[in-house]
Amino acid sequence: MLKPFKIPLMLLLAVSLSGCQYDVLHPSGWVAGQERNLLIISTLLMLIVIIPVIFMGVYFPWKYRADRPDKSDYEPDFAHSNKLEVLIWSAPVAIVIALGVFTWIYTHRLDPYRPLDLAHAGEPIEVEAVSLDWKWLFIYPQYGVASVNELAIPVNRPVNFRLTSSTVMNTLSIPALSGMVYSMAGMETRIHMIADEVGTFAGRSAHYSGPGFSQMTFDTDAMSDADFDAWVSSARAEGTALTRDAYLALEKPSIGNPVTLYTDPDPELFERIVGLCVEEGKVCMDQMMMTDMHGGGGLAGIGDKAAYEYDGQRMIDGFGNLMQAPGAGLIDGNDDTGANDAPDVQEHTRSAPAMEHN
Amino acid sequence: MSTEVVETTQETVSPIFGRLSLDWIPYHEPILVGTFLAIVLGGLAVLAVMTRYRLWVPFWKNWVTTVDHKKIGIMYMVLGFIMMVRGFADALMMRAQQALAAGGAEGYLPPHHFDQVFTAHGVIMIFFVAMAFVTGIMNFVMPTQIGARDVAFPFLNNFSFWMTVAGALLVNVSLFVGEFARVGWLAFPPLSGASFSTGPGMDYYLWSLQIAGVGTTLSGINLIATIFKMRAPGMKLFDMPVFTWTALCTNVLIVAAFPVLTATLTLLTLDRYLGTHFFTNDLGGNAMMYVNLIWIWGHPEVYILILPIFGVFSEVVATFSGKPLFGYKTMVWATACIMVLSFVVWLHHFFTMGSGASVNTFFGITTMIIAVPTGVKVFNWLFTMYKGSVRLEVPMLWTLGFIVTFTIGGMTGVLLAVPPVDFQLHNTLFLIAHFHNVIIGGVVFGVYAAVTYWWPKAFGFRLDDKWSKRTFWFWCIGFYFAFLPLYALGLMGATRRMQQYMDTGWQIYFIIAACGAVLIAFGILSTFIGFAVSIRNRKALACGPDPWNARTLEWATQSPPAPYNFPQVIEVHGRDEFWRMKQTGFKWSTHYTPIHMPKGTGTGAVISLFALAFGFAMVWYIWWLAILALFACIAIGIAHTFNYNRDYYIPVDEVAHTESKGATA
Repeated sequence: MLKPFKIPLMLLLAVSLSGCQYDVLHPSGWVAGQERNLLIISTLLMLIVIIPVIFMGVYFPWKYRADRPDKSDYEPDFAHSNKLEVLIWSAPVAIVIALGVFTWIYTHRLDPYRPLDLAHAGEPIEVEAVSLDWKWLFIYPQYGVASVNELAIPVNRPVNFRLTSSTVMNTLSIPALSGMVYSMAGMETRIHMIADEVGTFAGRSAHYSGPGFSQMTFDTDAMSDADFDAWVSSARAEGTALTRDAYLALEKPSIGNPVTLYTDPDPELFERIVGLCVEEGKVCMDQMMMTDMHGGGGLAGIGDKAAYEYDGQRMIDGFGNLMQAPGAGLIDGNDDTGANDAPDVQEHTRSAPAMEHN
Repeated sequence: MSTEVVETTQETVSPIFGRLSLDWIPYHEPILVGTFLAIVLGGLAVLAVMTRYRLWVPFWKNWVTTVDHKKIGIMYMVLGFIMMVRGFADALMMRAQQALAAGGAEGYLPPHHFDQVFTAHGVIMIFFVAMAFVTGIMNFVMPTQIGARDVAFPFLNNFSFWMTVAGALLVNVSLFVGEFARVGWLAFPPLSGASFSTGPGMDYYLWSLQIAGVGTTLSGINLIATIFKMRAPGMKLFDMPVFTWTALCTNVLIVAAFPVLTATLTLLTLDRYLGTHFFTNDLGGNAMMYVNLIWIWGHPEVYILILPIFGVFSEVVATFSGKPLFGYKTMVWATACIMVLSFVVWLHHFFTMGSGASVNTFFGITTMIIAVPTGVKVFNWLFTMYKGSVRLEVPMLWTLGFIVTFTIGGMTGVLLAVPPVDFQLHNTLFLIAHFHNVIIGGVVFGVYAAVTYWWPKAFGFRLDDKWSKRTFWFWCIGFYFAFLPLYALGLMGATRRMQQYMDTGWQIYFIIAACGAVLIAFGILSTFIGFAVSIRNRKALACGPDPWNARTLEWATQSPPAPYNFPQVIEVHGRDEFWRMKQTGFKWSTHYTPIHMPKGTGTGAVISLFALAFGFAMVWYIWWLAILALFACIAIGIAHTFNYNRDYYIPVDEVAHTESKGATA
């Protein structure tokens, strides 16, 4: 029974010893380390019951094979035993109780919303991460810089992420530092992590999001405080200003975007991305909810529907090309929301950002 | 290579052809053209053979219009195997692409094509392979296990089958006319919404699932009614074979869960067709609502697939251990527990979407609790072998392969149920390895066990042993080759659905996985060779009605069973009734009475054909055809209610003749 499995198992063992980067099993951050510990504890707990089951699954059919020499132990009517029943219910129940306790403790300890309170950790840094089609934007509000497709963080300082997305769902995933959390348009999620050592760690979106998904990767560079300060200075020196218009140009679909640095991000930018109202003249979601709470816009509100529209102006074809929306250009001065200067989707130039696909 | 993102204009909708134009025929894709030619040539060959041997009339009379649950069951299995070839071709393409596309290499499938392939693979394997298989097995086996002549609503059964076929056809039409969705098998919005999935692909997804879903839901209602109303006299619920119990629980899940799928997809359809905002980002839509709803169907769905398979293994292990199933009542209660619990765990599919720690803990623990009844079942199978007389026939090999493989898959499943561990492994290849571990190691192995176990009942001869064993070893070893590397990749942080990746260290694992997929391909090839060889040697492989010395009532019929299954109504006295009949030397009486039977009808197939036309028209915005086809479906359905010529009696002579033939066979 086991013989045929020997070859693949040995081969896999050989390959796994070949020095690949098991980010999940050899993490570089406290959060991922805790998650790894729980993974190992849970596996060991379950092996208490899994190993005997697999053993019995191999041993019983051999021991009780029909052509065994001595069949005196064959009991053709044996189908019930209270002792065995107690055993087969209580063994899994005991393990699930143990696992449940660990789950309770660790799930609360590692709640992505809970800021890290580690003794060795320094001052936390705030990062606002936005998944765009198909690249990552990281805004550092404390430092007045931003970057695309590169996440620079200082070691031993907790990183407090706020996450959102411009259009479709993604997850922010840096396995060496922490598990992933979804970024979703119109919503804000959070995650906290910390890098315990200097290094470059793979980061990516781990939720399929369209044609450019596979290239939606970035390097996470964990560096010393001095190096981080230097990185911030270089971003200030090299970067162009991340105004709301610059953001609207940046959020257009592009694949394999190069690392780009920005300076002076608009202070309201993240809130407005979450509110789907970066574009001038759009009503932010919180205002919309407030209006709805007070009974909505009524019949008069039909006229300014365009001030609430978002998805239709970001329509893409199957290859990731931006399409002309059927309702684009509706906002042209016939409403009272101050949308007169709303830029038409078509008017944006296609030059920025660079669309290198490689 | 530099790709400039350009603005393209909206397509035009013609009043006659909708948005269908020649541009949508993928004649510039060599892979698709090759596939198309192969299918056309193969199809022409089949048509020629059928015409040459004058098989059209028998095909229409004996198969298309049949309401016989056994034939419908067999047709579901045929559908499942055909669609498995399609779904597996997708799998091979993905494995080949990922084995090639490392470190900046593009591979041979651009994202536009690759993304359709993984979406089609998931959709086809779940809805048209696994669902077709389990529905087929339930159809064939369950009515005979409870001593019934047919299901409660025979016409409905035929209609359900052809609706499933219509859905399957619509998915395959998308291969050559237009495109399929590029959204992943559950089509999360906003990606699947009107703005981010323009084009007909997503609409193929919606309409094929809606059409097939009609069949699945009606079939669920039908089989529940059959179990409650059609049992042989004397058979109490706790006398039913365990497979029938699992079929009951599965169909309860179908009836409870599939309407949720239908409603969810309807809301998404409204978003896409009428511009509503249930799941959009703007105007108050909420995509997370879709995620909740789809998983409220999606989690029970995996138990819909696995529960009947648990039933199959329960029958197989009891028969080949020469003992009644250990802990019958435990087994039934464990099944019922799983049925109920499967509705309170759906959130574990998105622990990572930002719910709080207490919510995550709750759903993590409910998920682990499901492992308890499942574990109990595994112990019950093990203790059925304990002190038994175990014959290692092929169905038993599949069972043992299942116990070992499924246990490993169960363990990784519980790991994923621990929220902090899931944060790391969610959406990675570890998850992919896990659910293939339970779906291949569970459902596929179980389907093969069922096919080898009940084939002699269906056709009167056994399957060739040598080829069946080859099939088993190729599948089993191939599975471990194909999916152990994915577990490893998941632990390295490799994500699912990557068309290419930069880390060249991963490539060797993808290559091993591709080799595993090739081994599985040999397993599938062996299956068909085995079928062919067995059919050719059917005289030598012929067997009586009870080749395995089995315990349940389906083995009391002839092999293959007569259309009426049982010549007389059976009086049931307890569990494992057929075993008791054999012990007491039961003989059928030769005093026959005319048998009341339902008559075949082509209405189901015709309505389904119009449903297919309706789906196609809706996908392409051909509104006139959609209106006509929908009207035709409803009109034919109403007209059928006036068809009073729907039953007949098999005369005594014919019954006597059939039974005497069976006795000599």
